[in-house]
Amino acid sequence: MCGIVGLFLKDDALKPQLGEMLSAMLITMTDRGPDSAGIAIYGDETAGQTKITVQSGTPDSDFPALEKHIQDQTHLAKDKLSFTMRDTHAVIVAAETDKDHILTLIRDNHPNIRVMSQGQSIEIYKEVGLPKDVVERFALTQATGSHGIGHTRMATESAVTTLGAHPFSTGSDQCLVHNGSLSNHNMMRRKLRAEGVNIQTENDSEVAAAYLSARMSEGETLGEALTSGLNDLDGFFTFVVGTKTGFGVLRDPIACKPAVMAETDAYVAFGSEYRALVNLPDIDLARVWEPEPAEVYFWSH
Amino acid sequence: MTTIDITEQGLRYLNETLQQQSAGTNQKEWDIINPRGSHAIAVGLDAPIQVTVNGSTGYYCGGMNKQASITIKGSAGPGVAENMSSGMVVVEGDASQYAGATGRGGTLVIRGNAASRCGISMKGIDIIVAGNIGHMSAFMAQKGNLVVLGDAGEALGDSLYEARLFVRGSVKSLGADCIEKDMTEAHIKQLAELLERADMDADPAQFRRYGSARQLYHFDVDNVSAY
Repeated sequence: MCGIVGLFLKDDALKPQLGEMLSAMLITMTDRGPDSAGIAIYGDETAGQTKITVQSGTPDSDFPALEKHIQDQTHLAKDKLSFTMRDTHAVIVAAETDKDHILTLIRDNHPNIRVMSQGQSIEIYKEVGLPKDVVERFALTQATGSHGIGHTRMATESAVTTLGAHPFSTGSDQCLVHNGSLSNHNMMRRKLRAEGVNIQTENDSEVAAAYLSARMSEGETLGEALTSGLNDLDGFFTFVVGTKTGFGVLRDPIACKPAVMAETDAYVAFGSEYRALVNLPDIDLARVWEPEPAEVYFWSH
Repeated sequence: MTTIDITEQGLRYLNETLQQQSAGTNQKEWDIINPRGSHAIAVGLDAPIQVTVNGSTGYYCGGMNKQASITIKGSAGPGVAENMSSGMVVVEGDASQYAGATGRGGTLVIRGNAASRCGISMKGIDIIVAGNIGHMSAFMAQKGNLVVLGDAGEALGDSLYEARLFVRGSVKSLGADCIEKDMTEAHIKQLAELLERADMDADPAQFRRYGSARQLYHFDVDNVSAY
């Protein structure tokens, strides 16, 4: 099964409540998949700065070592550098110009540390366990931002691990969650790797994320990339996708994976089921509908 | 009128209470509040009672219904009135996928739109939809009537057996072995009765009828020796 939620705020006044609203939506979907859970939050951004979210199974030893290693790099812009630990995750904020250096440093020297996301506004937190536990471990109810997506997983395609949890991020400020299963993901993974795309897992959903990132890196908009996906990705899927400014939804032409959306003047919300939406403000006045099969939906700030 | 609050009293209490009602019950009218998209609301009922659900429902509301009349004052999640035998289920909003699936009898009325696979494998139920229906509706439908005042999506009536499909609007495409058929006086009379039962104001003469061409492999007498 799997449960997906998404929330795109049109009313800035709701920004301080994004994490609280999205967390509640995700917890409602727990019985659609209790294996692992994750949330991507598009929070505040500062011009010229980047955020790198990392994860480790042994954070107590790995993160201080990484922080020291970064601090020891004499040429980095120290005034823009910060390192915030949250349970198994840490968010490194640094100058945009130092991003590639830090990513290379992590990749080459810290094999236990995985990069969850990188970009100006995105932060991804995901772990094995129930949504309520994941929400609590990372204090996600306190998260603020303009939009976010969440996922609770019932694993079918690959192992129940942190890296197999959603959202998947395969490009700067991009992420994807998926309910369904892709049938041509092995072929597509080989094709994308041959194009030089970095794919970390054997998970089908990561392939979909990497596919969309590859199309967007070639200049397509999210909407165009999703349209391309209808031709190139085979299988069952409901995708919810985030970028720095936008939020997209796509269902395959057969559309057997459930989806319901609600829109008011204040927000656009997505849920695998209506249950996920019932606590949103003014839901009784919202336009509620089921997204059409093979139709690209996209909202942007 | 008896009111049950699902948030306060629980779904299990609701269904146990409604399922215990017998033909002679004095409590004919039930008002359900705070459905909040819960699954399996008012399922397996078998008594001539009127149940009103005040809000939108999740999976399988009114599933396996016998005798009861259930009105959903909101939209219904997947599989509303699935495998119903008799009675009536009315959805005042939209219905999600496979509404009325495998239904053996009774009437399902949808005042909004129905999504994909409406009436899939229906076996005698009558389904009347005021709006549109999605793709693959009435797939392998065996018996009963599907009436659509709006448009039908792709592959209507694919691999259809003997169900009758009446559509007033456009049909995006017909499924395998589904063809348009003549509307006779008998069909117009039957359709008028179905529309009246659903309390819908539409002229039966404006509908087209679709049914099975009976040309699939298993309908061909030349293949009888294969069985």
